[in-house]
Amino acid sequence: MNTLRKRRVWLVVILSSASLIVTLLVIQALRHNLNLYYTPTELQTADISNTQKIRIGGLVEKGSLQRGSDLIIQFVVTDLTHQISVQYTGILPDLFKEGQGVVASGRLNGKALFVADEILAKHDENYQPPRILDHGS
Amino acid sequence: MRFLLPLVIFAALCGFLWKGLSLTDKTLASTLIGQSAPAFQLNTVEDPNRWVSEDIFRGKITLLNVWASWCHSCQKEHEVWMTVVKPADIALVGLNYHDTREEAGRWLQSHGNPYRLNILDERGRLGMDYGVTGTPETFVIDKNGVIRYRHVGPVDREVWDKKLFPLVEALQKS
Amino acid sequence: MVPEIGEFCLIVAFCLAVVQSTLPLAGLYRKKDHWIAMARPLALGQCFFITLSFVLLVICFLQNDFSVAYVARNSNSSLPIFYQVSAVWGGHEGSLLLWTLLFSGWVMMVTLCSRHLPMHFLARVLIILGWISCGFLLFLLATSSPFQRYLPDYPLDGRDLNPLLQDFGLIVHPPVLYMGYVGFAIPFAFALSVLWGNENDLPWAKWMRPWVLVAFGFLTVGIALGSWWAYYELGWGGWWFWDPVENASFMPWLVGIALIHSLMMSDKRQMFQGWSLLLAILTFALSLLGAFLVRSGILTSVHAFANDPTRGIFLLEFLGVVVGGSFGLYARRGKRFSMPLRLEWCSRETVILLSTVFLAVSTATVLLGTLFPLFYEVCTGQKLSVGFPYFNSVFIPLMLPVLLLIPIGPIITWGQNQGKELIQKVQWIGVLSVVLGAVIPWVFTRALSVSVALGVSLGIWIMLGTLKTAYQKSRQRGGVFKLSKGALGMIFAHLGMAVSIIGITIVSHYQIERDVVMKPGQSLEIAGEEIGFEKMQRTEGENYLGYQGHFGVSVAGKKIAELTPEKRVYVVQGQRLTETAIDPGFWRDIYISLGESLGEESWSVRLYYKPLVRWIWLGALMMAMGGLIAAWGRRTKGGN
Repeated sequence: MNTLRKRRVWLVVILSSASLIVTLLVIQALRHNLNLYYTPTELQTADISNTQKIRIGGLVEKGSLQRGSDLIIQFVVTDLTHQISVQYTGILPDLFKEGQGVVASGRLNGKALFVADEILAKHDENYQPPRILDHGS
Repeated sequence: MRFLLPLVIFAALCGFLWKGLSLTDKTLASTLIGQSAPAFQLNTVEDPNRWVSEDIFRGKITLLNVWASWCHSCQKEHEVWMTVVKPADIALVGLNYHDTREEAGRWLQSHGNPYRLNILDERGRLGMDYGVTGTPETFVIDKNGVIRYRHVGPVDREVWDKKLFPLVEALQKS
Repeated sequence: MVPEIGEFCLIVAFCLAVVQSTLPLAGLYRKKDHWIAMARPLALGQCFFITLSFVLLVICFLQNDFSVAYVARNSNSSLPIFYQVSAVWGGHEGSLLLWTLLFSGWVMMVTLCSRHLPMHFLARVLIILGWISCGFLLFLLATSSPFQRYLPDYPLDGRDLNPLLQDFGLIVHPPVLYMGYVGFAIPFAFALSVLWGNENDLPWAKWMRPWVLVAFGFLTVGIALGSWWAYYELGWGGWWFWDPVENASFMPWLVGIALIHSLMMSDKRQMFQGWSLLLAILTFALSLLGAFLVRSGILTSVHAFANDPTRGIFLLEFLGVVVGGSFGLYARRGKRFSMPLRLEWCSRETVILLSTVFLAVSTATVLLGTLFPLFYEVCTGQKLSVGFPYFNSVFIPLMLPVLLLIPIGPIITWGQNQGKELIQKVQWIGVLSVVLGAVIPWVFTRALSVSVALGVSLGIWIMLGTLKTAYQKSRQRGGVFKLSKGALGMIFAHLGMAVSIIGITIVSHYQIERDVVMKPGQSLEIAGEEIGFEKMQRTEGENYLGYQGHFGVSVAGKKIAELTPEKRVYVVQGQRLTETAIDPGFWRDIYISLGESLGEESWSVRLYYKPLVRWIWLGALMMAMGGLIAAWGRRTKGGN
């Protein structure tokens, strides 16, 4: 083989293995970091393991907010047909309010409790239902 | 061929974006019209101990009128309400927007009160849910608590005669 | 009257844009030079009218003309004057007008600074820019005119400006960012002009480079400002969220870097012209895509923007025509600009090519992560979000080779295969940076982690390598001040990258974040500094009410700072807002934000310790400065 041909072969080998590595990297990373979104009703039927990270969304039920010690907070998220209790430790965002929309990401703990590690209140810059966007900003 | 690749990828991307737009379209088109009135729990201008919710819209056709004592065009509109509400079989509910109970109460006393009740929305949160952009605004809500029509700006005789009253009549028949 | 004149100015500008994009075109085909020559005065006229209409919008805001719907939605009479002006671009319509204004400013600069370019080449550039201008103006006029009236009866006072936007960072952020975005339209137009004219013998890469460098400088500052704003204003202490809006600005930035380096090769070695042209098209395409993603509301994001399906459809059509058209042109003509690859394995060409490819690939992975929720929803109807660990675990490994190559590029020579010499030149730097990268974090923390050592080593590696180049070049030239502007810019930018990398590594690994319950009188120790909660006060501002906490920061019993975080309620919109308080420092930030009152005087409080966080933005500023210095050098050289 002459040097030019040799170089070509090497180039093809390197390029294809590099793209293979990148593809694998992307697939692997995507598989571990996709957070599906559920409403409380969908949670009733969905089959979700307790280790899987998901997002849930709905309204914070009025009068359901309870504070425990050390910033532990528990409240109920409802879509007006089903409910789920959500537990969170930390400081709630500015626009978290009973009766308002909320999106929480975290993991299920059994069927009835959701342990959130992040809370995004709707009306928040983070998550606004489209219809108020037009005048919210 | 490899020079065509960017174009092909871009075309595929545009296809997805196009589909994606129609997805958002669905949720965006659902503005307030045809939807249930947003939920709330507020007390009234007249009585700080009386708490009302969106249930007050059920059973009767309601005009929800957003007003404030600091709003000058609301005064003009107010004269219209004083004359047209009683003869028509409707409930006129006020949404007192960014105002205080004292100011609003005084205003109603000096100008007269055509409202069945006035929801006190001091911080404007309910107004925000309704997407109110300014005062006055008026929403027509049917017997099932579904928003049917939104009028931005003051209602004068003409708007009443040509738009709101016919709409209310039609809703009453259905 | 004022808003009507403003609207009229936009219409005039649109007409001028139409003529600018057609008359010189006809001139090119009919060979009428005076038609072609019209392109320049038309572009200047357009810029004049757009500026005028922008000024008129500012006047509407200053006069509190709430009959204009946009003014009523975004400003009110109690707003301080400073914010009344900045409210001009606080909403969709105004920011679009600003975008168009800045675009026309760039076009004006092209017409003024490019007299030395061949007339036909420049005419084609201006025709293309005229088309883009038509698109922007049509978008403004058809879907989002800021001058629309609120008739018959208008509110006496307007809505408040979103409190999150009442902030210095956000006032300067959009203009700077937009300068970067629209600036990439210039290299884009140059690239299309090259492809269109099929003239590969022109030194187009040389002409294009200063524009790319300036746009890159602005975009870098814009991104840094956005990140800084998110850090102190959103109250979460994060400086980068891999949020769609952030990604939208980050992707053109990455490809922009690739473009700068690839152009250097096209300029000096007449290589990879096809690749440079493609990158130039891609950079602007990604800027437009970013605008589309942000404005159409197709993805929800941290930054709220008005969205409206008609706007989304218009933007997508515009994107399709502009980008689709240019990729089409590239598909037809690109072949003539690509030469067979003749690379020496260990040469500067290979280093640059590899880094640009890696940059392009990592941009693609960011794009994939940003749009994946959309793909998924279109295909399955299920909603999901891509967590930020995806970006970290894909983007960082892809960037490592780029970082490794940064200092090698300037050290290695053009066109020669010189693996052995290279190793000789860099071996000591390499060893030194690995040792320092391991030792320095260990000295400070008495702990060693591989990722910290890797990050710090890479930062030091880039620094030492760049300083070595700087030393050698200035010895050749006989002094630091005799360095060429290009070299100086490179040195600045590469050092800036190193500073940012070190900052990012340290803050992500050693930051301390604590959410605690505190009462006045209590104190807490965090990384050797004592933070005491002294008292809580009620406050009242021009348009808000709130609580103000007083915290003292002391080291070894000596008070070094007093911090006053606030919780505010904005009266007009009723929005709650957390004002964080930060004790900034070169080595660390102490960051306090108030949660909520938990009764009996106790409050939930968020205390953060952020080591070296400022380095991230400092590095970004150095990169931007590097870009601007290099651009200035190109310009003063005469540009020919």
